[in-house]
Amino acid sequence: MTVLLDIKNIETYYGPVMAIRGVSMQVAEGQIVSLLGANGAGKTTVLKTISGAMDPQKGMVSYAGEAIQGKDPDWVARQGIAHVPEGREVFPFLNVDENLRMGAFSRHDGDIQADIEMVYDYFPVLKTLIKSQAVNLSGGQQQMLAIGRALMLRPRLMLLDEPSLGLSPKLVQEIAEIIRRLNTEQAVTVLLVEQNAKMALEVGDYGYVMEVGRIVMEDSCERLRDATDIQEFYLGMKDQGVRGRRRWKQRKTWR
Amino acid sequence: MEVFQLIISGVSQGCVYGLIALGFVLIYKATEMVNFAQGDIMMLGAYVGITFISIWDWPFWWALPATIGVMALVGVVLERLLLRPMIGEPHFAVLMLTIGLGFVLRAIAGAIWGNEPRALPTPYVGEVLELGSAVIGYENIAIIAGTAVLCLCMWLFFRFSRLGIAMQAASQNQLAAFYVGIPVKRMYSLVWALSAAIAGVAGILTAPVSLVDPLIGFVGIKAFAAAIVGGFGSMPGAIIGGLLIGLVEQFAGLYLPPGFSDMSAYVLLLVMLLVRPQGLFATMQKKKV
Repeated sequence: MTVLLDIKNIETYYGPVMAIRGVSMQVAEGQIVSLLGANGAGKTTVLKTISGAMDPQKGMVSYAGEAIQGKDPDWVARQGIAHVPEGREVFPFLNVDENLRMGAFSRHDGDIQADIEMVYDYFPVLKTLIKSQAVNLSGGQQQMLAIGRALMLRPRLMLLDEPSLGLSPKLVQEIAEIIRRLNTEQAVTVLLVEQNAKMALEVGDYGYVMEVGRIVMEDSCERLRDATDIQEFYLGMKDQGVRGRRRWKQRKTWR
Repeated sequence: MEVFQLIISGVSQGCVYGLIALGFVLIYKATEMVNFAQGDIMMLGAYVGITFISIWDWPFWWALPATIGVMALVGVVLERLLLRPMIGEPHFAVLMLTIGLGFVLRAIAGAIWGNEPRALPTPYVGEVLELGSAVIGYENIAIIAGTAVLCLCMWLFFRFSRLGIAMQAASQNQLAAFYVGIPVKRMYSLVWALSAAIAGVAGILTAPVSLVDPLIGFVGIKAFAAAIVGGFGSMPGAIIGGLLIGLVEQFAGLYLPPGFSDMSAYVLLLVMLLVRPQGLFATMQKKKV
């Protein structure tokens, strides 16, 4: 299996605040990789660093063998990395059709209409809303639109940031199903950031766990599901214990 | 009939305000910057037109597209040179920059073309259309028709062209525009080109009516009022606001004591801010914090 995305020891700052303290991870072509972690662990920042919305101070991000850190986000998108940001960032006053067409802005081939049909295939509800402004869509519909718009780029790698945020359990299941289908049917490699650990571990092939800017654990999702730490802290199968012991770094032996 | 005459001249003056206001709105919507040099860019457009027509003796219909082209280029250069390094700086700094830019443009225009008022000869200058007892100058008709055509073109561009929709997208959600691969920075240059070109058209249209000197850019202040009256951020609002201020000015000039005409635009602005602070066409959504 070839490595599509290789992140080596990146450090990213918000002003003086160090949000990512040396993260290294790999995403193999064709896989779904889940990135778990609590609020403020730096998951979103990792995605932003990959897509170029933020520049790392140190480290390297290489995509398909090419260094892409520090490039403009629109350039990165044109290389085939589609970022679906947190909170369904649609174009509020464009209608559904225009939103999807904007997803294909960098493409100049003739298959755009066919791809729009494909998106409607995955999300039939969008087809009934073609002429509605995105701002009038429900949260779930906006999330579908954001994912559909990212598909229009014909991405090789899709970065999904909290697609389940604020959705009903049924919709979360639907989105999970769609992610799986995109992975197998469209051969899209997926890097999935989730707080909903249950869903992320079900969908993913391989998983990383982040805490305060570091990767503290990585394994196949199957094994992560069985790990007692994960069960305790993310799947809520045991009491959470006292606050001080919730930090991974105090329980692991690396120092 | 006197009223009809007033309406026509009010509308034609209002169109000029509206076009400049359109430039304000375009730049504000796309980049959230307020370009206080918009009026001075209009002045520059008028001088560029004068250079082509009365100094180089080009025919009017060549000079018009040439002026539009030159002004678009000026817009791009200004954006690349001055505004792009200001991305991420406080709004206040950008505001001071554009006010300063206005001073610089006035000085440059004075140095190149002199401070004496100049006239712009056009093929239609001096001719009038008589409708009953009303006498309408062709210059005024040209302003109204030119504005109408320009508005139509803008509407078609933003509604139907891929580039126009992409510019809307970039202004509605910058981050998402980046993520779908729209070159947002190039869109900003394009917005500046567009608004400078519109200002250029406004300059050429208004030059035959009022003589051109380096200080005509101060109508930009009234245009700014127009943009606010229309609801800053709405393109039709900018034009309507401009028309409103043009009309109010004309009628105040006739029915009120002298001096009120110049003041009336700001009175209208104050009343508007008191009664309906979001403007006539409030399309601005509440900002997410």
